[in-house]
Amino acid sequence: MKEPKQWQIRLSGSGGQGLILAGIILAEAGNLENKYVVQTQSYGPEARGGASRAEVIISDAPIDYLEVETADIFLALTSEAYAKYCYNVAPGSIVIIDENVKTKLQRTRVNAFPIISTARDTLGREIVANIVALGVLVSLSEILHHDSVKAALKKRVPPHTMELNARAFEKGWALGKERLAVKEVEKI
Amino acid sequence: MTSERRLMQGNEACAEGALKAGLQFFAGYPITPSTEIAEILAKKLPKLGGKFIQMEDEIASMAAVIGASLTGAKSLTATSGPGFSLKQENLGFAIMTEVPCVIVNVQRLGPSTGGPTLTAQGDVLQARWGTHGEHAIIALCPASVEETYYLTIMAFNYAERFRTPVILLLDETIGHLRESVQLDKYDKMKIFSRPRPWETPDKYLPYAAEDDEPPPMAVFGEGYRYHVTGLVHDETGFPCTGNHAAIDRLLRRLTNKILAHEDEITLYKETMTEDAEHLLIAFGASARSAASAVKIARREGIRAGLLQVQTLWPFPEKLIRQKTLGKRSVLVPEMNLGQYAREIKKVVSDKTMVVTLSQIDGRLFHPNKILAYFKGEEKHAEVL
Repeated sequence: MKEPKQWQIRLSGSGGQGLILAGIILAEAGNLENKYVVQTQSYGPEARGGASRAEVIISDAPIDYLEVETADIFLALTSEAYAKYCYNVAPGSIVIIDENVKTKLQRTRVNAFPIISTARDTLGREIVANIVALGVLVSLSEILHHDSVKAALKKRVPPHTMELNARAFEKGWALGKERLAVKEVEKI
Repeated sequence: MTSERRLMQGNEACAEGALKAGLQFFAGYPITPSTEIAEILAKKLPKLGGKFIQMEDEIASMAAVIGASLTGAKSLTATSGPGFSLKQENLGFAIMTEVPCVIVNVQRLGPSTGGPTLTAQGDVLQARWGTHGEHAIIALCPASVEETYYLTIMAFNYAERFRTPVILLLDETIGHLRESVQLDKYDKMKIFSRPRPWETPDKYLPYAAEDDEPPPMAVFGEGYRYHVTGLVHDETGFPCTGNHAAIDRLLRRLTNKILAHEDEITLYKETMTEDAEHLLIAFGASARSAASAVKIARREGIRAGLLQVQTLWPFPEKLIRQKTLGKRSVLVPEMNLGQYAREIKKVVSDKTMVVTLSQIDGRLFHPNKILAYFKGEEKHAEVL
């Protein structure tokens, strides 16, 4: 896949699901690959619940306007977040959702994965759904290298959770790769 | 590894810049969207031998900062709109008593509780005139994470150089923004500390100074005893409410010690201003939107340019006069209803049109508003 000069990524989910951390890790990995990156976020005053959004721009050139204009990649872990944040998603964009997210788009055009159930049932901790999602997103889109995201993960998650988070990332990465082995990434 | 590019948040860059400038004391009361500054300094400052205090409120934090600075410590507090309002009285006390300190205000949408996580630039004039009485102030405003680091250091330098509170105005967008920074280029920056008196304590006149300079500052606890009061005072530091000549001298000096050094304090950046027909003047996060709009406009054949002011106060009058000369129009995109645009209007030639472009919905100023203006389609544009 030909890499564009700039990737605009919007991650969304419920407050407390760790989408902002996932955004920070993506930005950190972009920084490790010597790209220009910006990461912004939007959330309500509540500590938990409500829809929250993190945005990341990864670019070969300095970035002026700080927010995503047209998302090349859009991720939603909840239906509420999907409804609120799935705007300015252009034709050719990659939409990644948890399999339980309700969308208006044709199911065949989005990339649905068992993100939350993998975190909860396979890894035993729903809290790492954000990192499973990160693994899926990076392997499916190929925007960054596996190893730089792994290194970024190490810089940004608490040391005692690294082992669990690393497994979550590998699991998500594998989910993406398994899908790519049978079909191409779906674009809208 | 100092040349390493790091991913850093704006508030983190502010905390790091303060440490680089020699911060020794922080007092504050956490408030979104400034909390990370306190959080980071609570961890780092004590390890470096400094003191961190979470006070009972914003008023007390400002008082603690003033007290600490009088003992010679470089001092900082960080807050947002509601807290900035509470600090105004003690801010005035610091101006009157000439106590160097830095106040960070990470602006959120107001008035009142407003929108804690919503971005805004509504405190531009509050920074200038929030406290009562005739005074001058220094306020700096960064448009990137790296600039936040640089301008925090400059805020301390100006506070120490001019013995005055300096306000660092961030907006929520820049405070919470993460981006790549390369900080090693600031390693050799000059760090300024307040001059100490050379006289012996018995000869020390704490407020004796040239008409446009601050006096040297003694450290409390080193044998120099003097009176610190918010009342008008003469060179001895004692009240002089009946001595009108001394009052006049003090109040003029408080303003002149800053205004006479406008050139030294004016910081800015510019792109494509020289041949521009339309000059955008912007600050903070909206300067990034303006930069984007200038590039798009140029591709469409519109001769636009950007003057990004980093020093909001003292108002960079000479700079604005010089850069706006001969321009067809001056456009000022702000996340308020034209607070700075109206200041600009006061000094720009009548031959140049000044237009305020406003966005106050809690979201980052969008470049499309500027492009829509050029097409005659922007509804939140007002010719001043």
